[in-house]
Parts: sequence; structure tokens; C-alpha cells
Amino acid sequence: MSDTPDREALAAYVDQAAALQGLTLDPAWRPAVIAHLGRILGAAALVEQFPLPEEPAPPGPP
Amino acid sequence: MTGPAADALAIAAVVRARRVSAREVTAAALARIRARDGALNCFTAVTAETALADAERIDQALAAGRDPGPLAGAPFGVKNLFDVAGLPTLAGSKIGRDRPPAARDATAVARLRAAGAVLVGALNMDEYASGFTTENTHYGPTRNPHDRGRVAGGSSGGSGAAVAGGLVPLALGSDTNGSIRVPAAFCGVLGLKPSFGRVSRAGIALFAPSLDHVGPLARTVADLAAAFDAIQGPDPADPAAADRPPTPCGPTLDQDPGGLRVAVLGGHFERHACAEALAALERVAKALEASRRVEVPEVARARAAATIITASEGSALHLADLRTRAADFDPMVRDRFLAGALVPASAYLRAQRFRAWFRARVDEVLGEADVFLAPTTPGPAPPIGGPATMVVVDGVEVLARSHLGVFTQPLSFVGLPVISVPVADAGPLPLGVQLIGRPWREADLFRVARRLEVEGVVAAPVARPAP
Repeated sequence: MSDTPDREALAAYVDQAAALQGLTLDPAWRPAVIAHLGRILGAAALVEQFPLPEEPAPPGPP
Repeated sequence: MTGPAADALAIAAVVRARRVSAREVTAAALARIRARDGALNCFTAVTAETALADAERIDQALAAGRDPGPLAGAPFGVKNLFDVAGLPTLAGSKIGRDRPPAARDATAVARLRAAGAVLVGALNMDEYASGFTTENTHYGPTRNPHDRGRVAGGSSGGSGAAVAGGLVPLALGSDTNGSIRVPAAFCGVLGLKPSFGRVSRAGIALFAPSLDHVGPLARTVADLAAAFDAIQGPDPADPAAADRPPTPCGPTLDQDPGGLRVAVLGGHFERHACAEALAALERVAKALEASRRVEVPEVARARAAATIITASEGSALHLADLRTRAADFDPMVRDRFLAGALVPASAYLRAQRFRAWFRARVDEVLGEADVFLAPTTPGPAPPIGGPATMVVVDGVEVLARSHLGVFTQPLSFVGLPVISVPVADAGPLPLGVQLIGRPWREADLFRVARRLEVEGVVAAPVARPAP
């Protein structure tokens, strides 16, 4: 994900990924879930844009 | 010595000297909670019966010539994500009410009780520790004792407000992105987030396991150190607890901190603060003769990475309940957790890789001083029930309420020890400054905090009840 996905793609992803995870989204909650995921993916894009050195680093606590 | 302003060590001194009984101290604390908590909403459970029984045991031990511990008779409360034997562990949730009561105390609770402190109840928080305001939909908002129209901060808001309001001299909280330090700052008390791994998390409802810390809140530096000394150290029951011997901080509290190099964190840590927060920072910097500015690179990206990790880990822990009873979550938390469950694994792993890179850069900067200063929050406590407005911080759109952790989140991200100290007379509402240390060097922070307290730069008086 090189940039924040567009709204329509994001909404489609939320619907399908939620269904695959067994999560039911009440229509009243859906806009907020899409907005939250959009912000998280925006944060992910910011991290992704930073060129990290190639050496592997184990995930986990500092 | 049974009044709201008594600190934990002063109480322990008179109890140990048998000038006042632990039972009297406990009864007085329970009476204060009954009288004042209706207005503050700190407690979700008051453990009067076990508290009085504990107090009796302390009095009996003293009568028999046994040592009941350094905190004998000092009342304390714990954020309700700590297991307390006999109580369901709520972690701020309605769902937790359906769980069976905890069979035993969390390690940190058991250690404080073993030091003689008397547990008087469990404290309100943001559901599952996800939030900075303790505006809990199920249990109501905790109110700031300095201005009841304002939030206490969060997620350990009940802990901050109970200490600031003089209901208890000590409380335990947890801090993932700032959840001890933010309420400490807003409520005008001291809060310690120790080094990652220093204090056991066994028996707490975790929020984001690679970021969660346990620590104390108090109104004096010596009390904070006594509580930390009681709870720190290895614990086989918590795989994240470091296998390092404890470093007691109480005994070195009064050592002159003059030899420690103190620097101010510039850049990100000054950019987003209001004028009063910067003035409070300057006051502390001046008292410590800290004129150097040092900068950590890529702090905004560190914050972004912490956000991704928190969202992913937090959701993963609650996936089963999100599938079967999402409607029972606090709506604000539910929508965040549902979104977090959909974050691609690649984003999470990239965030953890960035974390390792950032930690290495922070290590380089840590060589330049022993203690670093930064504001705790961008400004004072906001009003309860404010609008869910958005702000753009370093190019990323965030909820204004998430912005409350703008200075705390990048530091817990790399596990550094931090004490948030309340700056005396910072303005109409309390403000905190973070004293940030090198890993495992909590003792340095305590020496500096103590110096600031002795000089009157740091003070945490009990909040005067509002008219």
C-alpha cells in the first residue's frame, strides 16, 4: 500500500475482509470503521514510505 | 494522618509506630470514597470488607512484633484491568462483568499488598485501555478533581483522579501509549511508566502486549518510589518481565542529581505544545539548568507505527468478542477495534521493523544526556463530552483526542522509563512534564524528580473540591 486507498476501494475492502474474519458490521457502525481503517492505513503509508535498511529485524518488544 | 492529604509513607510511619491503627486509616479512606466519589466517579468497585480485614491483619502483625512492610496501612486503588481476587476483571468493559471473578491478584497488586498497602477498590478506565479520556460509556466519565467539567485523562483516569482527589495516596495504572502519564498530567499528580519489562504484567488484561507497561501514580516522589520498589523485578508469570535484579529507587532519592546531564527534547516534542505547556517545560528546564536541545529523528513516523501496532494487537485480543457480541463494546472502542482487525499483516510487520530502526536512533541520542525533558500533553485537560474533532499532525489525520498522546506515545514505543511530574502552579489547570531516562535508569529520574519537588517546582497538592 503505497498511499491511502480511495474511499470506494477501502469500503469494499472493509466489507470483504470483515466478512472473511467473521465480523458483522452493523450499517450504523460501518462509516466509523471505514474512517478508522482509513486513518490506520494512512499511518501505514507514512511508515511504508520510509526507506528502511534491508537487514531483517525481529518483530517484538524493544 | 487519616486525612486526604496524608501521603502513603507518612501513613505507614504512624501505623508502624502504632500511633494510628491501619483499621482507622482504612475506615477513613473508605469514608472519603463514600463522601467524594459520587462527584468524581473514580471507583467501579470498593473492596471495603477485604480492606478492613487486611488492615486488621496489619494491626495484629504489629501487635505481635512482626514487620507488616514499608507501606503498612497505606490505602491504594487499582485500574480495573488488574486482577483482584474475588472481583471480575472489567478492563472498563461491560463484557468483563460476565466473566468469573479473578482467582488471585495480579502480581503488582499482590506485591503492593505484601508491602503492607491496603487495597480499597478498583478504578475506572477507558474500555480495554483504548483511549486518553476515561469517558467510559458503560460506567460514566471520571471527572477531573481540579475541574469536574473536564476529563481526568486516560486510560488510567480513575487512578489519576482518585490520587488527585485525595481518595487514596497511591494507585496502579497501565501505560501503552501514555495511559499513566496523560492522567497524571491532567490530574496534577506523579505517574511512572517504568522501563518495558521492569514491572510484571501478569494478571492484567493486556491491551497491546508489545507496548503495555504497569506503573504507579502518587502525590509525592517518595511515595512513587516506594510503590515502584514494591512492584518492580522479575516475574516468571510474565514472559515480558525482564530477568534483571530490581534497582531500588527509594534509597537513592536524595542523592544530588547534579552529576546527571539533562537535555530538552526538541523538534516534535516542542512543535505541538501550547504556550502553557512550553512554559511549564521551561520552568523545569531552568531549574535543572538544562539548556541543550537534542532531537530524535522521525518521531511522527514512530507515532504512526505505534498506532498500527496498537490497533492490530488490541483487536487481536478481542476478536472472539468482536465476532459474537460487538454491540456490547463501548461504541468508540468497538469501531476502532473492528478497524484494527482488518489491518494487513504487512503493515504491522513493517511497523515493528520501523520500531527496531527507531530504537537504534533513540539509543544514539540517549548517549548525549542522562535525563531528557518533554511536555507530557500538548495542553491541559479538555472538557468532558467534547466533539470528536480531527486534527492533522505531521501530515496524518488523527482524532483530536488521540493527539493527547502526541508526546507520550513515541517514548513508550521504545520502552524508555518516564516519570510525568506535575509542575507547581502551571496555570488554572495542571500540566505535566516528562522526565525521560535511559533504559533501566528509573533511579536517575527519581533523583531529578525529588530535586524538583524539594525546590518547589513540582508539587501535587490534593485538588480542592470544586464549589
